[in-house]
Amino acid sequence: MNYFDLFNVVPAFDIDTALLAERYRELQRAVHPDKFANDTEQQKLLSVQRTAQVNDGYQTLKNPLRRAEHMLSLRGIELSHETTTLKDGAFLMQQMEWREALEDIQHNSDPQSSIDELYESFGEFESTLLTKLATLLISDESADALLAADQIRKLKFMAKLHDELARIEDGLLD
Amino acid sequence: MAYSEKVIDHYENPRNVGSFDKNDPSVVTGMVGAPACGDVMKLQLKINADGIIEDAKFKTYGCGSAIASSSLVTEWVKGKSVDEAATIKNADIAEELALPPVKIHCSILAEDAIKAAIEEYKSRQAK
Repeated sequence: MNYFDLFNVVPAFDIDTALLAERYRELQRAVHPDKFANDTEQQKLLSVQRTAQVNDGYQTLKNPLRRAEHMLSLRGIELSHETTTLKDGAFLMQQMEWREALEDIQHNSDPQSSIDELYESFGEFESTLLTKLATLLISDESADALLAADQIRKLKFMAKLHDELARIEDGLLD
Repeated sequence: MAYSEKVIDHYENPRNVGSFDKNDPSVVTGMVGAPACGDVMKLQLKINADGIIEDAKFKTYGCGSAIASSSLVTEWVKGKSVDEAATIKNADIAEELALPPVKIHCSILAEDAIKAAIEEYKSRQAK
């Protein structure tokens, strides 16, 4: 399923989010189960399935990381269930250090300032990866698509770090 | 999802957690990560002049299965030659820990960590 086709938007990483939201509302209305209340069971079932598809499509295209993954999957590169490991030593060393920093937060005298610093470092690193990813996704070269996949993998590690940091921050407020 | 007893045992009492001095010339490090879940694993091997793994330590940030897989391999590689350790397969790890299919990638991570460490050892030997 090509979600860019479903929403009739230009298949680009740099997506028009306002247009996407508008198309989402239109499609949602068109396939909503309420519209089929007096139709056959089969029609109702179809409407439920279409609604699920529209919702999934919207969530996929709205999120930059999932959108990029979808773009690569349309080009035959499947990242969602891959089990290959990442071996970029410098990147992993940095991940380790950040994980250690997350562990140390609780023992810091001023945890909030450590949290803020980490958010800033994560944000900087992520925006560098996203910029690279955006450039690579414009290209039609398959070598660039593979490099784009690497940026997505790294962004997944960053997403995990972000989640952890948010969890720790929530814990501090309790 | 239910963890097997062996996973819980390794998770609650992980063997050989920690780090060696990375400046020690007999220590090699394997670093790997699993993009699907964001887990990161560091495996260090202390290898003597005869190519025997005398000691191993790990540090893993990840789920219970990832921690158990790395803890288990530190036990398995100790006393083995580098070539013997290189034959450890993820399927052996998954079987020993009774990992469910969705956690197989944790055992792949552990296998790849051994391989990465051994690769560093071999490239050092070649120098």
